[in-house]
Amino acid sequence: MYDKEKDLISAFLRGEVDRRGLLKGLGAAGLTAGTAGTLFNMMSTQALAADFDWKAHSGKSLKLLLNKHPYADAMIANLQTFKDLTGIEVTYDVFPEDVYFDKVTAALSSSSSEYDAFMTGAYMTWTYGPAGWITDLNEWIKDPSKTNPQYGWDDFLPGVKASCAWNGQPGGALGSEDAKQWCIPWGYEQNNLSYNKEMFDKVGVSVPKNLDELLVTAAKLTKDVGGGVYGIGVRGSRSWATIHPGFLSGYANFGQKDLNVSADGKLSAAMNTPESKAFHAKWVQMIQESGPKDWSTYTWYQVGTDLGAGASAMIYDADILGYFMNGGDNKMAGKLAYAPFAANPAATAPTPNIWIWSLSMSNFSKDKDATWYFLQWATGLEHAIFGATKMDFVNPVRASVWKDEIFRERLNKSYPGYVEMHDISAPGAKIHFTAQPLFFDLTTEWAATLQKMVAKEVPVDEGLDKLAESINRQLAEAGLG
Amino acid sequence: MASVTQPGARTGGFRISKRVLPYVLSLPALLVCIGILIPFFTAVIYSFQRYRLSQPWARQFNWGENYLNFFTDPGFWNTLRISLVYAGVTVGLELLLGLGIALLLQRRTTVNNFISIMLLLPLMTAPALAALMWKLMTNPGFGILSYFASLVGLENFRWASSPDTALLTVVLVDIWVYTPFIMILLLAGLRSLPTQPFEAAALDGVPRTFVFFRITLPMLTPYILTATLFRLLDSIQQFDIIYAMTQGGPGDTLTVFQVEAYLNFFQSTNVGRSAALLIILWAITYILSNVFIKNWLRLRERARGEA
Repeated sequence: MYDKEKDLISAFLRGEVDRRGLLKGLGAAGLTAGTAGTLFNMMSTQALAADFDWKAHSGKSLKLLLNKHPYADAMIANLQTFKDLTGIEVTYDVFPEDVYFDKVTAALSSSSSEYDAFMTGAYMTWTYGPAGWITDLNEWIKDPSKTNPQYGWDDFLPGVKASCAWNGQPGGALGSEDAKQWCIPWGYEQNNLSYNKEMFDKVGVSVPKNLDELLVTAAKLTKDVGGGVYGIGVRGSRSWATIHPGFLSGYANFGQKDLNVSADGKLSAAMNTPESKAFHAKWVQMIQESGPKDWSTYTWYQVGTDLGAGASAMIYDADILGYFMNGGDNKMAGKLAYAPFAANPAATAPTPNIWIWSLSMSNFSKDKDATWYFLQWATGLEHAIFGATKMDFVNPVRASVWKDEIFRERLNKSYPGYVEMHDISAPGAKIHFTAQPLFFDLTTEWAATLQKMVAKEVPVDEGLDKLAESINRQLAEAGLG
Repeated sequence: MASVTQPGARTGGFRISKRVLPYVLSLPALLVCIGILIPFFTAVIYSFQRYRLSQPWARQFNWGENYLNFFTDPGFWNTLRISLVYAGVTVGLELLLGLGIALLLQRRTTVNNFISIMLLLPLMTAPALAALMWKLMTNPGFGILSYFASLVGLENFRWASSPDTALLTVVLVDIWVYTPFIMILLLAGLRSLPTQPFEAAALDGVPRTFVFFRITLPMLTPYILTATLFRLLDSIQQFDIIYAMTQGGPGDTLTVFQVEAYLNFFQSTNVGRSAALLIILWAITYILSNVFIKNWLRLRERARGEA
């Protein structure tokens, strides 16, 4: 029974048949979706296990520290597959994002061995790595006896993969030859435009192509949509998280940097150049004219929910916010559209700064080999396909998932323009910050300075000069400048 | 036949000498003290170190450098100023309001008792939750308080998101949460005052303002000092309301000690600076509590006729 179907799935798993062919074949064989799914999962597990001893750590147990997020939800939904495959027991704690990183810092700084692996952002590894709290994963990735030959390390998007690797030298290039792989990318966010098509049509404006057009369009939307709707949503809270999304994506598109790295490795502030000041002036003007009234309290949550509730006409923020707000119970579900955005009129393509939810291994884990089994499964292709096609695991970090026709079709159907936006901006997508241990100090102060500029407490020129002076002082105090 | 147990004699097979007994009895207190003193002295040690978790190789004693840097750091002086202003304004206003409400509710009637219980409800709310509630109420788009502000001509009033009104907003939340605390302390004080002076004043036809300033207020002063001490110590260590509403912003408007120390530790992992900030905060609270306790003791002695 099911021999033909098994042959078909085997051919798919060997890469001889694509997913569309597989589904057509299974449908022609008269299999229901449920039966086909069960058969597929069974065969996938067998295929995964074929060339690699997944049972090597059977009977062991691991504990994870997770942030409440659709990526974690997708993993938990598929966790039984890992348990069946390896015989490893997995437990986890899930915390909301507001307190998540405090929990991680507390656990790691106390050298606690409670958690074996945890979710993190690449920026956090610039603290965790040098502090000796996390493990360089190259040791496992490069060891064929510990890593499934089908793992496909080269399948990860290059800019994303490189962004999770740093040599620990302040100012050192991400993804350099001597870089340590502090985390494995899991899912990531680019920063582009998500907009309310209905509002754009009502006012009769087209999608802005650069920062100047963005200012004009956002102001017109604020003026003409009515009902208290404002033109552009961006983050504004006194936090590093205000700097990394749309702001730095646009800033980097003008070729501007956060820090200069001298030949002898010394760092100095780079945000008070004339070009940077011009960019800041426009950004500040945009918020003053067309941003939310209480912009200085805005985190990703307010930016996203305002778009979903129809309180804003457009956001320049994480693309996945636009994705999630276009579905579910959101008032504006089905009315949102997406566009890649290059702030600089002279730029040839967008250069989105990215946020990467990743998985790291605790240096205090009691069983690193077993932990690596979990990491390679959770970041493996099979789970990525599961998350992307059955759950809301966007944006995947593997090139082959983006090539998957079912995934692309699903996105094109419910989220028109999303795939196109991703494909256009992906080549320039990477972390545009300089990797260094004072990242959170400097970006938080940068956000506070932006707040002062928007509140007209300080002129842009003076604010940036003072910021640069303060940053240089802090870098010198820390022995980095 | 009754027997008398001699000091130092064996009782129930267990003998504790008279000299050791006081130490044994104070052992639990000593253990609690150790639980407090170990983290305290650890913080003192950290405050004399250049210690960033992200730069473990650079960890070393820099002795007073963290403290000396504060003198040239405008951020620190802003933190000191805003912490003192916040504490002074909130405690001052809460005292005035709390005293006013306590005076109104002084008479023991069913209605007054009911109102005094109802007024305690904000005190039952966690300050962080109260802050989130107020954040919604002051939302410029749909907040009820923004709506009321617009009715009196304050269009686009930005509450906590403007540096001009951020302090006012968090002070309002603090007042909403903590005025009942002062009210209940002062109400208890008012109701426990001896009645004779007031009866004598009434018989002599003394004006109410004179009674208030010359009899009520002096007799109530120990209660006022106690309430002020508790609130001042709490207020100068404010964290949850400010962090939940603005994270210390906009700009550096509300970077009080606790918020600054928290961000220094958890976000910047700058343990040395964070510890130095908290030690300075400890010194301020220590000085304040000494001043208040000395005054409280002086007043108590005066009330007993000892001074």
